[in-house]
Amino acid sequence: MGVENATKKNKRIDLSSGVLSVAASLICILIGLLVGFIILCCINGEYAADGFSRIIKGGFYLMPKGIGTVLSQTAPLIMTGLSVAFAFKTGLFNIGAAGQYTVGALGALYFALILQMPWYVCLLAAMVFGAVWGAIPGIFKAYFNVNEVITAIMFNWIGLYAVNEIIYKGVLGSMYDLKTTKTYTLRGSAPQAVIPDMGLNAVFNTKSTTIAIFIAIVIAVLVYIIINKTTFGYELKACGHNKDAARYAGINEKKNIVLSMTIAGALSGIGAGLYYLSGVAEWNPQVSTALPAMGFNGIPVALLALSNPVGVIFAALFVSHITVGGGYLPTKYFQPEIADVIIAVIIYLCAFVSLFKGVVVEAVVKRRKKKAQTAPDGKEADE
Amino acid sequence: MGNSEYIIEMLNITKEFPGIVANDNVTLQLRKGEIHALLGENGAGKSTLMSILFGLYQPTSGIIKKNGQEVKINNPNDANALNIGMVHQHFKLVECFTVLDNIILGVEPVKGLFLSKKGAREKVMALSDKYGLKVNPDALISDITVGMQQRTEILKMLYRDNEILIFDEPTAVLTPQEIEELIKIMKNLAREGKSILFITHKLNEIMEVADRCTILRKGKYIGTVDIQNTTKEELSKMMVGRSVNFKVDKKPVKPGETVLQIEHMTVPSKLHKNNAVKDVSLQVRRGEIVCIAGIDGNGQTEFVHALTGLEKITGGRILFNGQDISKASIRERSKHGMSHIPEDRHKHGLVLDYTLEQNMVLQRYWQPEFQKYGFIRQGAVREYAQGLIGQYDVRSGQGPITIARSMSGGNQQKAIIAREIDKDPDLLVAVQPTRGLDVGAIEYIHSQLVAQRDKGKAVLLVSLELDEVMNVSDRILVMYEGELVGELDPKTVSVEELGLYMAGAKRDRQSSGIN
Repeated sequence: MGVENATKKNKRIDLSSGVLSVAASLICILIGLLVGFIILCCINGEYAADGFSRIIKGGFYLMPKGIGTVLSQTAPLIMTGLSVAFAFKTGLFNIGAAGQYTVGALGALYFALILQMPWYVCLLAAMVFGAVWGAIPGIFKAYFNVNEVITAIMFNWIGLYAVNEIIYKGVLGSMYDLKTTKTYTLRGSAPQAVIPDMGLNAVFNTKSTTIAIFIAIVIAVLVYIIINKTTFGYELKACGHNKDAARYAGINEKKNIVLSMTIAGALSGIGAGLYYLSGVAEWNPQVSTALPAMGFNGIPVALLALSNPVGVIFAALFVSHITVGGGYLPTKYFQPEIADVIIAVIIYLCAFVSLFKGVVVEAVVKRRKKKAQTAPDGKEADE
Repeated sequence: MGNSEYIIEMLNITKEFPGIVANDNVTLQLRKGEIHALLGENGAGKSTLMSILFGLYQPTSGIIKKNGQEVKINNPNDANALNIGMVHQHFKLVECFTVLDNIILGVEPVKGLFLSKKGAREKVMALSDKYGLKVNPDALISDITVGMQQRTEILKMLYRDNEILIFDEPTAVLTPQEIEELIKIMKNLAREGKSILFITHKLNEIMEVADRCTILRKGKYIGTVDIQNTTKEELSKMMVGRSVNFKVDKKPVKPGETVLQIEHMTVPSKLHKNNAVKDVSLQVRRGEIVCIAGIDGNGQTEFVHALTGLEKITGGRILFNGQDISKASIRERSKHGMSHIPEDRHKHGLVLDYTLEQNMVLQRYWQPEFQKYGFIRQGAVREYAQGLIGQYDVRSGQGPITIARSMSGGNQQKAIIAREIDKDPDLLVAVQPTRGLDVGAIEYIHSQLVAQRDKGKAVLLVSLELDEVMNVSDRILVMYEGELVGELDPKTVSVEELGLYMAGAKRDRQSSGIN
């Protein structure tokens, strides 16, 4: 190959490589929506168009309340998405986000209801609780070579039932309100622990919209900086890409595995804090026999964002957008879980992202070739 | 034209990959019954061309003819149907099958629902006798030598009545004795009317065995020459595009103080119960290149891993500049001035998904030069990488931001060597630094090793290549089954004698003393 020729070509393709990822994700989303529409048609053709438009509109369907709801749901989702994405960067699959989220919730509620701490202390407590729960699978992986997926799944359930038991039996003190069968409301028992809303609730006419969304965005940017700009991020990624080379370079990969899982846990914990300190959410130890969906939804968010922390913000926004939209479906004809189906299809398609990238590249290259061929004629190329 | 002079013709083959033209209008014509060498540097497009012939890739343009008739080869099955067979560089054998089972795999003779190996066995034995391919048909692949594995591969092709045999760098894994035998076999095959395509970059072998040679350079067709009318120098000039110096220029050795002293090192094996390295003692001094020679798998890998800290030792100790580093971490050893050019550049040497500049600082990203308060100084990294790229002539598509995976093997190796030498180490451990590289790159890397030696560094070279062992080293230590069985002087020892030591047929002393 002529060297000059090759570099020119490389440059051209590279130019669009960032754009490509976004384009591929968008293709996934479009196909996912299309499949959702087809399902709606199958269930009830008459109302399919109406239902579909509600999903697409999402929060915008019910202004301004819907938007407030989307924003308040996005904040914790960004955090669990970051949690999964961060572990991915180190080559770990943090399926334990749900458990870390659960334990983080306990931390937040305990510091709020029993210790009567201000909201930021509660948030830190949630972070520490989540971090501890994340560190355990990390330690098992690093020092006993136990697959983190197995340990994390176990600790999801251990965490869930332990938290239920602790809250229900009042091990740490009385958090449980017999009348509502939930934990005491923050607004009633610990108003100091509610995250300030800076007037957002008034704007959106909601109770749950706080500055949590901004906290989450700031943390996402911080995570981006840590991963891409620091030596710590450099080490983590090296371990994720090639464990052997990292070891060869003198990087302590065991320490990094534990740290990575700890940070992933901390991020999930903060997510729980942002949710349970919003002032409208309580833990229900009797009904909560399923792990919080927020934890698992972090996985599709991270996948859709291709593990890019900034991408996580938008992916989380999108997922909450259509989830909220699904909630506005007329329940007479449709189940709100249609939104989950759409998300599932999109995530499934994410596995083909590289395939879509290939398609896009080919299309671009073909068009360029055509251009190049017609170029000598001059005028045609410009059209 | 049914009776063409050529059995296979690849005419004006062009193969483009995104961003690269791997073959640019290449023509290769193989006569019946000849041994035709295909020569070129790494990344010259030899493998691509052969993959096209074997049906693994489709050419962008150009045609393939067999016996003068145009053919389409869409997959290896088509190639097989055209009687084209290939011995890959890394053998494709089932380890836990016998030789016979491997040979018939895919074309098993059956009687009803059952295998009938009797006829197959007779055919294999007949072929084995005819071409002098000694194998034991009932031995398991995992139990036999590399040489016999290769003969199994050749028999596989012959069993399928292949007429055109492709050998992809067949001598890379063999001992000198085995190479000699292979050359005999290849000549035999050609005499019996088989046509052989022989991919290599070892000029000696071409001069010895080939009839004609086609040379590629950077994907382009340079020419086809008769071996009788050419010389090694001419071939290398065609391949690299300039004259190459084969003899390594070296000043006489002037060893200084001891840098590395290993006493009775023992390293356990991961594969079996025995120790992989047994009671090894040696010394490396400033200003000398000590080479550990041996056939692959005799404990060299474990030895190097233990020395550089990737594995733990269970006995003995390592003194580095007088300090006991037996238990030191990899980072500490590196800080003390040990550089390591690893055997496997993809596994250890590079993070392939990192960019070239990120790889350039893999050993020193933590130094104040490249980070401040834990933040990587991107500018400093870029500048440093650019410096090394210029100084060591590391070629890549996009300079410092090229993803390491997309670079050619030779340039990946150059990047590693640049990084390790630039650390200015007291001891440079180089394991097979020229593996899979072409003459030009080998020449360059050898000169770098010698330059380090002349600067007063200690160099410990681990190599399987006899030429390298003989040319570069000042002292040869032969490792056989985890023990040092001999210390030889490259100036006085013959290649044959070295081969005997490597094969375990000869040894100096029971336990290797400290010299």
